[in-house]
Amino acid sequence: MTAENKENKLKATLKISDIDMRFKNEVKKIPGGERLMMCFQCGTCTADCPIARFSDTYRPRQLLRMAQLGLKDKVLSSDQLWLCAACYTCVDHCPQDVEISSVIRALKNLAVQEGYTPIVFKELAGAILETGLAYKIPELRLKKRQETGLPPLPKANVANISKLLNQTGFSKLMGKGGNSNAKQ
Amino acid sequence: MPNNKYLLFLGCAIPYRVASYEISARKVAAKLGLELVEMPDYNCCGLPLDPANHEIMLTLAARNLCIAEKQGLNIMTLCPGCAGTLRKVNKLLKEDKHEREKVNGYLKEAGFEFKGTIQVKHMMQVLAEDVGLERIQATVQKPLTNLSVAEHNGCHVVRPQKHIGFDDPEDPKILKSLIEVTGAKCLDYLDETECCGAPVAGVNDKIPLSLTRDKLSHMKAVDAKAVITVCPFCHMMFDTNQTRIERMFNETYGMPVLHYPQLLGLAMGFRPEELALKELRVDASKVVNMI
Repeated sequence: MTAENKENKLKATLKISDIDMRFKNEVKKIPGGERLMMCFQCGTCTADCPIARFSDTYRPRQLLRMAQLGLKDKVLSSDQLWLCAACYTCVDHCPQDVEISSVIRALKNLAVQEGYTPIVFKELAGAILETGLAYKIPELRLKKRQETGLPPLPKANVANISKLLNQTGFSKLMGKGGNSNAKQ
Repeated sequence: MPNNKYLLFLGCAIPYRVASYEISARKVAAKLGLELVEMPDYNCCGLPLDPANHEIMLTLAARNLCIAEKQGLNIMTLCPGCAGTLRKVNKLLKEDKHEREKVNGYLKEAGFEFKGTIQVKHMMQVLAEDVGLERIQATVQKPLTNLSVAEHNGCHVVRPQKHIGFDDPEDPKILKSLIEVTGAKCLDYLDETECCGAPVAGVNDKIPLSLTRDKLSHMKAVDAKAVITVCPFCHMMFDTNQTRIERMFNETYGMPVLHYPQLLGLAMGFRPEELALKELRVDASKVVNMI
């Protein structure tokens, strides 16, 4: 065995210290994650996944196996988690009725709790805090609505919405508690 | 509740970037006798934040449902993402007492309570179920008989089947029948039910562009003259990003991408400018000239 092969083999070996036996229970507690342990690794999800077809690394089956085994740090820090498009093909096709896409969403939720938050979610959350909508719509575009005969876009009560972001603990989660644009 | 009067839930992407969808949808809705009421104080449906936190998604969706309940009207959306989210959360909160109590706990502070008195439908569902093909057919003045198109269903209109329960995700027929009622031919093509990939564009653009390109090439292979979509995000992938795809793969498509109400509107006899066809990134005059 070459040195390189030996090293790869060592990397592929799981250490008991990498495993968090309770992790599966954390996933199962989040709605949609309940049936994690029913996955018997048939691979239908990966075979039918449109994203997996165009990615060398995104494999839903693998993410579920890592979660089952309790490889918490490895799965929550994985970039692959964020490639699920939530098209729900895997949910419709799973013979074990595991909501694969929802399990992956539960894993994303846990990753955010650990601080692995892709920047795009902070941007979306910021826009919702400021305008109620996921994007900040430029004034020019709002004016153009009227020029094209569309009614004015209804305005959301952002103070009211920010109460909900605080109530659910979401503002804290995004590190945006007491955002200056959303005073109550 | 009346089935010809709806609160229009516009969502975020349509007023942000896809006005042509809204303009054409309002035109055909009026022609069909559907009254669309502006939805006051609505917020993002919640779906974009579901990956970050499930509870905030539930709560944001529920706030919208509560606003509709206060108005005493059912919701119609143009975006499948909004429809899927609001439909799923509406069903969950109606059926699951534990979840309902939890979400109502959050809503209380903002002065709302979910009661479960309304329904949510995507435009396609309103057209198919409430208006019906016969009434749509009756408004067609210029049948588009020379036109062959490909459809692209938004995933969230039909999947997951157990939560949505509309059409057959494996063999969707409703958008096809809505297209055929205009006189146009709707072609079958490979991987027709596949996602365009748009939701991952925020973290990776190569995969969604490859997926959309794959679908475009399959549509071209059956000689489709246009793509018909019912989703602002799918539309951005096929239309706004089409030149990017052409550059990236060194290919030419020039495939016009129409929102379904633009297609129906043309068949109803609206002029292209009334349906905001010139706002499309890929020139649609080829399609107009075929009529």
